[in-house]
Amino acid sequence: MITRTWRTTQIKTKMKLTDIYNFYISGFKAMTIGRILWLIILVKLFIMFFVLKLFFFPSFLKNKTEKEKQEYVSNELIRRALSQEETIIKTN
Amino acid sequence: MQETIDTSMIDWSRAQFALTAMYHWLFVPLTLGLAVVMGTMETIYYRTGNAFWKRTAKFWMKLFGVNFAIGVATGLILEFQFGTNWSNYSWFVGDIFGAPLAIEGILAFFMEATFIAVMFFGWEKVSRKFHLASTWLTGLGATISAWWILVANSWMQYPVGMVFNPETMRNEMVDFMAVAFSPVAIVKFFHTVLSSWILGAVFVVGVSCWYLIRKREQAFARASIKVASAVGLFASLVTAATGDQSAYQVAQVQPMKLAAMEALYDGSAHAPLTVVGPVRIPEMLSVLATHSRDGFVPGINDLLQGGYPLADGSTALSAEEKIERGKMAVNALADYRQASKAADSVQMEAALATLQQNMPYFGYGYIRDTASLVPHVALMFWSFRIMVGLGVYFIFLFALLLFLTWKKSSFFDQSGWLHQIGLWSVPLAYIASQAGWIVAEVGRQPWTIQDLLPVNAAISHLETGSVQTTFFIFLVLFTVLLIAEIGIMIQAIKKGPEDI
Repeated sequence: MITRTWRTTQIKTKMKLTDIYNFYISGFKAMTIGRILWLIILVKLFIMFFVLKLFFFPSFLKNKTEKEKQEYVSNELIRRALSQEETIIKTN
Repeated sequence: MQETIDTSMIDWSRAQFALTAMYHWLFVPLTLGLAVVMGTMETIYYRTGNAFWKRTAKFWMKLFGVNFAIGVATGLILEFQFGTNWSNYSWFVGDIFGAPLAIEGILAFFMEATFIAVMFFGWEKVSRKFHLASTWLTGLGATISAWWILVANSWMQYPVGMVFNPETMRNEMVDFMAVAFSPVAIVKFFHTVLSSWILGAVFVVGVSCWYLIRKREQAFARASIKVASAVGLFASLVTAATGDQSAYQVAQVQPMKLAAMEALYDGSAHAPLTVVGPVRIPEMLSVLATHSRDGFVPGINDLLQGGYPLADGSTALSAEEKIERGKMAVNALADYRQASKAADSVQMEAALATLQQNMPYFGYGYIRDTASLVPHVALMFWSFRIMVGLGVYFIFLFALLLFLTWKKSSFFDQSGWLHQIGLWSVPLAYIASQAGWIVAEVGRQPWTIQDLLPVNAAISHLETGSVQTTFFIFLVLFTVLLIAEIGIMIQAIKKGPEDI
């Protein structure tokens, strides 16, 4: 009895997943203007993540550990507000 | 000798951020606005079963899809800029900014991606009820995304619900509800989202008027104008009401922004509101800013010189006094960190007390010239008037169009000039929308976070040339996307609604 219920559930789940897959596939196949739009989306995402992010927008603090980031930002924020002589005294 | 940051680098970084945000904002309000118009049309189809409304809703959905596809993910570029150009800011804001943006990203992806597929692919495959729900949920997903973005933006204008930790150098959230439901965030959300509905409604009116000018699809165009005008009129009235609330909040938390909006140099009680030129409404500014006819509204000079009475009975500090307090806060931060390294708990405690006492003025420690505390007055003054003037114009436009289409007036069908007005109102809606953001964002300069972090402290150490390069890359990229959007839109509009 338990095995049969488990199998029924498994078949139903499989059918649902197939239905969802078919829903998307038939939807994509029926697209007209959507094909151009998907092309634009893919080109845009490629430019954003594989060109801009990779070559032009690295995270400024990414090569630092948490502690180094704290230290770096604190030095930046303190130095930019105070005169250099004062800062040297305070940070040393 | 002070460590200086190249001001041209700050300006280029600001310009780059403004460019990206303004281009991004071309797409977002149309998504939010069209979602409501097409949702309303599909609801009529659901209730009446009339295939005319299905055809009408499907056409506007197609234009929604074009706009959504071109605009999607353009906002992520702003997040790239935070990490590269504004690294001190990114670290300083901590999770306060990250949490709302993460929620926004998850919601945007799962909710919109799921229901938008049902909306476009599911017409003949799911029940009418489920399809209608998917259409509204697509719009709701976009609106909830906007909520979290506006929560993050509002926190920058009115930072609440956090404590600065000098050990980690980050602001740490201590009250999520205060951040997520701050009064500034609530008003900003309704003002921004409802103004987006106006833009969506004007877009529908404009495109429909084009069909009337061309004498094509006239029944479709009249029906679309009727629905759009109803949505637009409701949105215009709510936007006006929330605009009033927003002005009151600005007067309380960002008085310099209000003074710049009004080009008010010397404040007074019974302050009049300048409409334009010499035209003034007596006592109106006092009423708007303080909800009292005799309330004192400080001008730019008052805000710089201080000495005027505040609502809580205290006396306003001058800019110079705030700068002194800011320097005390930064000095205390330096002392705290030095004491922390030396494991001197007594000194740490003393420095922390001074820091906490002066933290509300922390950002003033970076201000070298009090003139830099004043935003661009002319830009603010005129942007505000353009936004409000066009907002009033849209109320009249929607009221007139709704009346004429409701009455099925032959006057409307024969008035080519009215169709031309409807068509040319589309760029005006975009101008009003962009002017609103100029007021909100230029008005808070020089602050990235109000009173806590000015732009010259928030910026990363970069080469000006690299920021210039990426500025022009974005300019080209966004312009290409915009041309693509307009081209595909025009093609779809020329083709018209498809038979079902």
